[in-house]
Amino acid sequence: MKVSINQDRCIGSGQCVMIACEVFDQNEEGLVVLLDEDPPETVRNRVRQAAQNCPTRVISLTE
Amino acid sequence: MAESFDEIPELPTQRSPQCPLDPPTGMYALRDVAPITKVRIWTGDDAWLVTRYADARTLLGSDSLSNDTRRAGFPFAHPARKAASQGSRPLLSSMDDPEHAAVRRFLAPEFMVRRIDALRPTIQGVVDRLIDDMLAGPTPAELVQAFALPIPSIIIAALLGVPADDMEFFQTTSELALSTVPGAGRARHLINDYVAKLIELKREEPADDLLSLLARLWANGHLEHDDAVNLGHLILVGGHETTANMIAVGVLALLQHPEQVAVLRDATEKVFVENAIEELLRYGHIAHNGVRRVAVEDMEVSGQTIREGDGLIIAGNICDRDPEAFEGDPDDLDITRPARHHVAFGYGIHQCLGQPLARAELQIAIPTLLRRIPELALAVPFDQVEFKDGNYIFGVRALPVTW
Repeated sequence: MKVSINQDRCIGSGQCVMIACEVFDQNEEGLVVLLDEDPPETVRNRVRQAAQNCPTRVISLTE
Repeated sequence: MAESFDEIPELPTQRSPQCPLDPPTGMYALRDVAPITKVRIWTGDDAWLVTRYADARTLLGSDSLSNDTRRAGFPFAHPARKAASQGSRPLLSSMDDPEHAAVRRFLAPEFMVRRIDALRPTIQGVVDRLIDDMLAGPTPAELVQAFALPIPSIIIAALLGVPADDMEFFQTTSELALSTVPGAGRARHLINDYVAKLIELKREEPADDLLSLLARLWANGHLEHDDAVNLGHLILVGGHETTANMIAVGVLALLQHPEQVAVLRDATEKVFVENAIEELLRYGHIAHNGVRRVAVEDMEVSGQTIREGDGLIIAGNICDRDPEAFEGDPDDLDITRPARHHVAFGYGIHQCLGQPLARAELQIAIPTLLRRIPELALAVPFDQVEFKDGNYIFGVRALPVTW
């Protein structure tokens, strides 16, 4: 799985952090930081859920 | 059942007395006609009613909708909402990008997940104290005044920097400000004046709180004075009636499902508890007036042509009951059903700013209540519970409980 983010669209909702904090964090402005662009199998379902729940479709996945 | 309507129907607002926690009965009928149908609202204008989850997400995630209440044909939810927007500067919740994005970015760090997580011990402490007081007092107790309202009130006041002595004034005045009774307008002015006073104080004597941040942004010229006050007001009001109502409605919904109360009470997995709260948010969907927008360009959604300038009402409450989006029967409460993708906090650029805080409060308040008062029960028959269904935010007037 390859994860990419478009930080320009981010409103800092924190959804991704709440759902998959191993893969997503927030910087001091509250905007998304990608911690792992190729996350392990054990967290991939939650990464998909984070992508689905991002209110501004910041997260793109290639599987 | 007619396939279509000869006249444009009025927007359905009447809930079933037997099922007061469900969206208005008339919305189901309209959903059956088509995913997007025309309704007439109180202004005499027509608007497109969106009743399907997929369309709600498409529309709210698009760049084709405006939130600007100054636009002609904006489908206000109620005369009080229209009056509130006249002659005043637009609120964060009524702005479009790029102005909206700039303001939102000032506030986003205040609500980031790790900042809110740092508040969890404080929230737990407030919840525990309130339960101690309830347990030491008589039964029946009234859960709204004793529990549901104080929790978010105390926490948002702490976040903003409101002095503890002013709390009672705030709770009553803010509740009135969000209602649709006469007197709501005056309550809004009182809140506004009070927030302005606090911001001025904090400009001189800043502390580490949100009103001081707003004061600093005003002092540095990033925000006009009126914008700073409006934002303080928005957060104060938005941060407590909503969560208060959701705590009460959530507890009420659970009490109607005792087997689920037992499961949630005994649950130890954080992920399970989190999903249970998401299911309560989905089922309750207390922001029940729908998301109101105006189309900025022509578009086609689910076979319906929407023209530039048309008003839209995205009825998130019925969208959150869409069987195509949620497993099982979404008109039932089921805390095991995956519910994270609900739109109770909205969707798109305006999705609720306070949602990490709302979640933290709900995740702590409801399970703690069930654990500490395992025999909790309604003290009145369900059909005697009174609902605030004319209010901007749905809730109960009071929740008499016993144990």
